[in-house]
Amino acid sequence: MNGRGLDSAAGVARPEAVGPAEPLFSLRDVGYLYSGRQTALDGLNLDIWPGERVVLLGANGSGKSTLLKLLDGIAAPSSGTMRALGCDVAAVAAGQEAFTFHRQVGLVFQDPDIQLFSATVLDDVAFGPLQLGLTADEVRERCDEALAAMEIAHLAGRAPFELSGGEKKRAAIASVLSLRPEVLLLDEPTASLDPRTKWVLVDLIQRLGAAGRTLIVATHELDIVPLIADRAVVLNEQGRVVADGDPATILADTDLLVRANLIHEHLHRHGPISHSHRHDTADEGHYHALEVLDGAPPAETAQTERSGKTRVAPIERG
Amino acid sequence: MTSVVAGRRATDARIGWLEQTVGGITANIEHAIFTEQHARSEGWLQRRDPRAKLIGFLMAIIAASLASSVVGLALLYAATLAAARASRVPFGFFVKRVWLGIPFFAGIVVVPAIFFVPGDRVFDLALGPAHLAPSWNGLAGAVLFVSRVGVSVSLAVLMVVTTPWADVLKSLRALRTPQVFVLVLSMTYRYIFLFLHTANGILLARKSRVVGRTSGREQRRWITGTMGNLMSRAFKMSNDVYAAMLARGFTGEVRVYSTYRMRAADWLALGATGAFGVAAVLASRVAA
Repeated sequence: MNGRGLDSAAGVARPEAVGPAEPLFSLRDVGYLYSGRQTALDGLNLDIWPGERVVLLGANGSGKSTLLKLLDGIAAPSSGTMRALGCDVAAVAAGQEAFTFHRQVGLVFQDPDIQLFSATVLDDVAFGPLQLGLTADEVRERCDEALAAMEIAHLAGRAPFELSGGEKKRAAIASVLSLRPEVLLLDEPTASLDPRTKWVLVDLIQRLGAAGRTLIVATHELDIVPLIADRAVVLNEQGRVVADGDPATILADTDLLVRANLIHEHLHRHGPISHSHRHDTADEGHYHALEVLDGAPPAETAQTERSGKTRVAPIERG
Repeated sequence: MTSVVAGRRATDARIGWLEQTVGGITANIEHAIFTEQHARSEGWLQRRDPRAKLIGFLMAIIAASLASSVVGLALLYAATLAAARASRVPFGFFVKRVWLGIPFFAGIVVVPAIFFVPGDRVFDLALGPAHLAPSWNGLAGAVLFVSRVGVSVSLAVLMVVTTPWADVLKSLRALRTPQVFVLVLSMTYRYIFLFLHTANGILLARKSRVVGRTSGREQRRWITGTMGNLMSRAFKMSNDVYAAMLARGFTGEVRVYSTYRMRAADWLALGATGAFGVAAVLASRVAA
């Protein structure tokens, strides 16, 4: 792994407007309505500090992507106040200070076919630096750096439609890295990838975080959370923050994850025995709650055991 | 009853043909435009700067248009075949691609002239009050026209098959094409693939789920519904792509990245093409 492109971001100067005591992003009662009527986000209060690695957890439709668009200043909140890097996000979305803002915040979209809109990978990676008005040599230098960081220098001349899913994701990230942003927003970076490519990308994200960038990653894949984040924010399907804290604590709270629809619970009955299963993709595997019915020993006496990835515990009777 | 069944079969066959045609067209375009297998091989034209190629081919096409006899066109075509050979473009593929269609389409345009141009007649066939009598002058004009179209199309095809589309579009900047057009064309090229891919996917998805016969009306409704669905997807994607552009600092001013460098060999090839074009035009004037 050539770390040039990743490490260089650490040297990006912090905007003068942002002091050490001020968060990079500050959201107060932020709401967002799709088409002016459907609630995507509701009453969000959130501060994100420089250098944090934050993961936004939520089921499909919980507003993670919308929140990332707000953080990137390409959409304005419908209600509440939101400041990012010392700028009013509503003003950035309206075009004021957008140029300065987008030099420092980069968003990698979930669908690389949206991100990669040019005829070749090199054109896409060069798009951002060109918008900054850099000279051809500077553009080339940044492109080489970003392509090397994502290990896709050999794909520079290829058309995006010729790339595999993993290559597209790397190219999409490179297209943002070439801007050398201080803050990197990633929308479902490991979605629809094969396991190998997924873990390669997790490794890349870890390196990006280690290079000192502020990372905000939206995902619903619980197994990658402990590896890429030091803070987790959980959104429910009403677009509200239901938890904000240490990833390990949040992942251990299975009731919270069930409520946020991040893990699934269902019940099996086998004669006098009923099993309640909770499925997730974390290392814990799936969680079994055992209840014994109809004349069999009461649930409270059922054994609790842990073997491999399966945990068996008695259900509390209501 | 028989006629109803026959009518229904005819409708099914027609819709089946329509689906097959749509599928065939999208698959062929996808293959023709996006394969670029010859553009990626190591040949003489593939090594030339795309801007030199564009201007060189343009000069050759202008020379073909100005050539007033078949001699000049023959010279230009011989040079085109030699360039195709040096660029490892398969001879059969190249010749067939041009000459299978050109006589038909150019011929339709020129056929009336064969009979209306005055001069000595090749033969005179009386068909009642009318006479079918092509003239030698008309025939010579038709051959010249078809040859001119054939050579011009050969030149354009050679340019396109030896140059990736991304380079063809960007080299338009050499002709002072505004950057915004180049960007829009590049994005169009990029998303036509996605559009074709989606359209093919929708066709396949339907094919996999249709187990019985459906009425012609239902199939027509499906086709129009699919068109609307594709349009709405395209509209949503255009909004998302614009957001992706904004996210990378796009402020409305278009800038296109170019890494092209004209080398001595490119200048030489450009000069030689210009000189050969002039020579071909002069030769055609002398021969005429």
